Amino acid sequence: MFLIPCPWCGEREESEFSYGHEAHIVRPEDPEKLSDAEWANYLFMRTNPKGPHLERWVHTAGCRRWFNVARNTHTNEILAVYLMGEKPPKNLAKEPVKGAKS
Amino acid sequence: MIDTYRLRSPLAHLGLDARARAEADISGTGVIISERPQAGLINIRGDVSDARFVTAIEKSIKLSPPTVPNTVVGKPSTTRLMWLAPDEWMVITRPSGAERALKALQKNLKIADLHSSVTDTTEARTCIRVSGPRAREVISKGCSIDLHPSAFGPGQCAQTVVSRVGVMLAQTANSKTHQPTYELYPLRSFATYLWNWLEDASAEYGVKVE
Repeated sequence: MFLIPCPWCGEREESEFSYGHEAHIVRPEDPEKLSDAEWANYLFMRTNPKGPHLERWVHTAGCRRWFNVARNTHTNEILAVYLMGEKPPKNLAKEPVKGAKS
Repeated sequence: MIDTYRLRSPLAHLGLDARARAEADISGTGVIISERPQAGLINIRGDVSDARFVTAIEKSIKLSPPTVPNTVVGKPSTTRLMWLAPDEWMVITRPSGAERALKALQKNLKIADLHSSVTDTTEARTCIRVSGPRAREVISKGCSIDLHPSAFGPGQCAQTVVSRVGVMLAQTANSKTHQPTYELYPLRSFATYLWNWLEDASAEYGVKVE
């Protein structure tokens, strides 16, 4: 169990939240122009790192808002929390997905 | 508005009125719990940065939507406005004031012609009040929020989990005896479970029904 700082409600217990998925996965502009491999990459392939990971969480039992969390998957340390639509901290930003327009 | 004859407390089967009469002497009791008469609960959503939205609400219930997360404005004895999310609030009225508040909000937000919503959720939840010198300890047994007076007091609210039940939690102004009073608003299908849990959690301090 660890605490997650909701951008609205402040620090709350992890059990109040639900994990969504990896953040900043942008839908390709022209899916029909992609190869099957590139489309599959967009749909299914995730980074799954041991270390810092950008992900989406929702404060299910609280304000029910989605937001971004940068979390170390190894230690559960929360490195940053930022709102939807905001860019990740520069030191944590990752390479964009191929075929995606960021 | 829902026909009044259909309104029935989710805790009606517990016979709380009879217990309250039998336990009228509450002196020396650690925890006093009671179910409040069905308050009006009206959910509002809209853009608080739009002055027309704020004006329409002020015109309807004479309160401005709070923008500080997890705060409540207004008096428990009349109408309150509770922050639920950056674009979502709950109007809590006295049982008799629900219909008038609902109609005024619907009318004024319709006139303002905004992207907003007003939903009567009165029957979705009930209100359980927990008070007494040990009230804070009891709720803390099932709730991870810091309820110490330095962190949580009257005028603040939270949507959180108490013993695995999602509730709206608010501390109302301290009662006449200067003891903390909390209100828990669980969904009605969880009300019996939460009530039973509260009674069990309060047993060691002495519990009575008001």
